[in-house]
Amino acid sequence: MRPSWLTRGVALGALAFLYLPMLAVAMFSFNRTRYGLGWTGFTLDWYARLFQNPTILEATRNTFLLALLSTLLATLLGTLLALGVERHPFSRRARAQLETLLYLPVVTPDLILAAALVVAFGFLRRFFSLFDPGLPAMVVGHVTFQVAFVALVVMSRLKSLPRELDEAARDLYASYPYYLRRVLLPLLAPGVVAGAMLAFTLSLDDFVISFFTAGPTSQTLPLLIYASTRRGITPEIHAISTLLFLLTLVLVLSAERFTRRTA
Amino acid sequence: MNRLLVWYGELATERSLLRRGVLLVLPGLLWVLAFLVLPGLLLVPLSFAERGPFGEVVWTFSLENYRRLLGFGVLGYSPDNLLALGRTLWVAFLTTLLCVLLAYPIAFYIRAQPPKRRYLLLSLVLVPFWTNIVIRTYAWQLLLAPEMPLARLLSALGLVEPGLALFPSAFAVYLGMVSAFLPFMVLPLYSSVERMDEGLLEAVRDLYGGPVRVFLHGVLPQTLPGLTVGVILTFIPAMGMFVVPDLLGGAKHLLLGNLVQQAFYTMRDWPYGAALSLVLILFTLLALRAYRRYGKEVDLA
Repeated sequence: MRPSWLTRGVALGALAFLYLPMLAVAMFSFNRTRYGLGWTGFTLDWYARLFQNPTILEATRNTFLLALLSTLLATLLGTLLALGVERHPFSRRARAQLETLLYLPVVTPDLILAAALVVAFGFLRRFFSLFDPGLPAMVVGHVTFQVAFVALVVMSRLKSLPRELDEAARDLYASYPYYLRRVLLPLLAPGVVAGAMLAFTLSLDDFVISFFTAGPTSQTLPLLIYASTRRGITPEIHAISTLLFLLTLVLVLSAERFTRRTA
Repeated sequence: MNRLLVWYGELATERSLLRRGVLLVLPGLLWVLAFLVLPGLLLVPLSFAERGPFGEVVWTFSLENYRRLLGFGVLGYSPDNLLALGRTLWVAFLTTLLCVLLAYPIAFYIRAQPPKRRYLLLSLVLVPFWTNIVIRTYAWQLLLAPEMPLARLLSALGLVEPGLALFPSAFAVYLGMVSAFLPFMVLPLYSSVERMDEGLLEAVRDLYGGPVRVFLHGVLPQTLPGLTVGVILTFIPAMGMFVVPDLLGGAKHLLLGNLVQQAFYTMRDWPYGAALSLVLILFTLLALRAYRRYGKEVDLA
């Protein structure tokens, strides 16, 4: 069925509408003028200056450290969760309850999760300094929403692996560690990597949870950009936003390639 | 329960296997319980407590937070909060509606492409969804600035005063909201549209149904599952959004999310923030309930 011109027009218009804002930001990252939005010529200066700006470098470092640490933890916890739920004899009711619990962080609005974290950290802070506002607390916050996503991705991969593999390994007297190492984990790896990539992008993308759990020394790029919208955005911010956007583009396109090849 | 099983080169009872399963599940489970479920439940008693002079929680039972929420403050009654609640529902509703209106053409357009191109187009819809919301919202500030073509065009037409930005305004909030949530709507809707049986649309046409009937009797019933998922994915986070109204709406367009953010972040008044959060949770549960009801009808159809 050929779409009508109206359908095509609205669709292409809507796609342009999604990209127009980012294009504007990218354009201004090449604009020579520091103040105002008049176009005064092309320059790559802001990209060069980016690497001399300690605030931005620090925020970049924090962003990636946060994403890396939380992804590692969430991938570990999420994979264990998926293995436990999918390959162990839980009763039907226990399984249903576990799955409900897994969907809970997915449907909870992030603002509510942030509120819950503020409350939890406020009480835990009396006993552990780990929960003071700052990078460790942010890692805990990020892991909380990442775990469920990793577990769901790994579970769907586990569901697609035929049970006969398990039975064959069992019949051939593979010990459980041997089966894990030589059969299950290699087959599961694409799912685990896909889950980890999802968790990593979720962490890079997050603003709300970081906003509520960050301390004075743990600024991330989204927090820095948010603060700059009040203090005045500099062309360096346009440049780093453009780079972050490009990184997302690469991550999403390669994740799509990756999951399609291994699905 | 104590049946003996052969299990990977060893004998095991079902009970011991279950124990292993529990050990695997436990760390992740405890994590979510400790940082989401328990503190979430704690919001209920917290909402009846009061803020102490230094932002600490004083555990007294009072309905003060809920009175404040309804607008009874030190300065007498003001309907601001109730207006913000109503506005939140209205903005979330209109955002969802606009997203539906844009997502159908996109889904149909992608469906009409050759398969390889479809994946590319879907990924292109996904990319903004993964781009940080703060960056995207700031980008709208940039596009709506007075020096930019849109503001100039509108001022040339005499619709706005020259030299003024197009934000903060309700219009800017809707632009920001729709561009933030459109991908949430397109993806599930597309998965339904892709599986749609075109023969049924032909049937409606053969019976002399116009475009409206083709949509109501042909398209809508077949795409309802994807549509409801899209509506849920858009409506619920739209109610909790505070970045877009904060950056594009100004003080006149505060939503429930902004009130929660102010209570927890600016005022450090957790009990009041807890009461506001509970309203947001209530709205979320009502939306999910409506979805369940509607979802059942989808199964029957």
